[in-house]
Amino acid sequence: MGKFLIIWCALVFSPLTLAIVDGHEYIFEESERAAVFKQLAEELRCPKCQNQNLADSNAMIAGDLRRELYQQVKQGASSEEIKDFMVNRYGEFVLYKPTVSAMTYVLWYGPGILLFLAVVSFILVVRHRKQSGMLSKSTSNLSTDEEQRLSRMLEDSDIDDALDSSDKKKQETQHD
Amino acid sequence: MKRFALFIPFVIFLLLGVLLWRGLYLDPKDIPSALIDKPFPAFSLPTLKSKETKTLEDIKGEVKMVNVWGTWCISCRVEHPFLVELAKKGYLIVGINYKDENDAALEWLADLGDPYVFSVDDVEGTLSMDLGVTGAPETFIVDQDGIVRYKHLGPINGSNWPKLEAIINELNGVGTNSKEAKNG
Repeated sequence: MGKFLIIWCALVFSPLTLAIVDGHEYIFEESERAAVFKQLAEELRCPKCQNQNLADSNAMIAGDLRRELYQQVKQGASSEEIKDFMVNRYGEFVLYKPTVSAMTYVLWYGPGILLFLAVVSFILVVRHRKQSGMLSKSTSNLSTDEEQRLSRMLEDSDIDDALDSSDKKKQETQHD
Repeated sequence: MKRFALFIPFVIFLLLGVLLWRGLYLDPKDIPSALIDKPFPAFSLPTLKSKETKTLEDIKGEVKMVNVWGTWCISCRVEHPFLVELAKKGYLIVGINYKDENDAALEWLADLGDPYVFSVDDVEGTLSMDLGVTGAPETFIVDQDGIVRYKHLGPINGSNWPKLEAIINELNGVGTNSKEAKNG
């Protein structure tokens, strides 16, 4: 907990030229370099402890890799160069953000494709429901008797009359 | 047709179930090495015992196992007797003493036996980093031309040795079951 607090304070309050990770100070002369270091330490995954990045992990290998990272960043290596260095040794696994390649297409585009399919099927289902709902209202709920009456009512110019009579009929039947 | 559509969610569920069930039995630590079929990284390090400098040329020539070890590593102690047995059978093992103290390492070899053709002292862990070592013990199988052919994580023991043995035999052109080694 104490360590966590120190790191948190360090990340929040430290001047940019000083990156403190896991209790160690990494001093940079240029603030941009410190930013690159911080970003990479958070983006690269510890190969030993799986779900921690280099900044969080206190495994021996993570410490070694942080030191290596520090040296390379200090010597002015670009992010790409450093990532290549890590991937050449530890495989794609060390990247929390895998590169887009034939092997990772499913990873990158799979969720988008699934969302698209979900939206399409949702629209299809809703449309289908609407259509079948309208159909049932207009026809299937009425018996042949009622339909005949409906067409009679529609033919009749004096619609109010027809309604009145049917209402009366209804009331009579209800009273019975 | 409509009836059939009702089963689609169930089919999706079954497929997902199979996928997740399989996932239960995969080892998340089983990360494929980035070095397979690539040349063993160049190095220049002193040996533990004689302090003479060894390079990649000293590994080339014959199929070798390169074993990363340290006296601080408990699994290495478990593995060690097995390596001594393998050395007695004539297998060539090169040691990389990973971030260790010289005295402790020499004492270990004196007490427990030395299965290594030679052990280089990788006190800074530079060679191990080039090898993508994440811990010890780790064992690489390197062929005659210095190409890494296989990486084994954790101690070698009776149950996983047959797989390594088959790969070594195939690289040596020994045995008729070369097909098995490839598939295994």
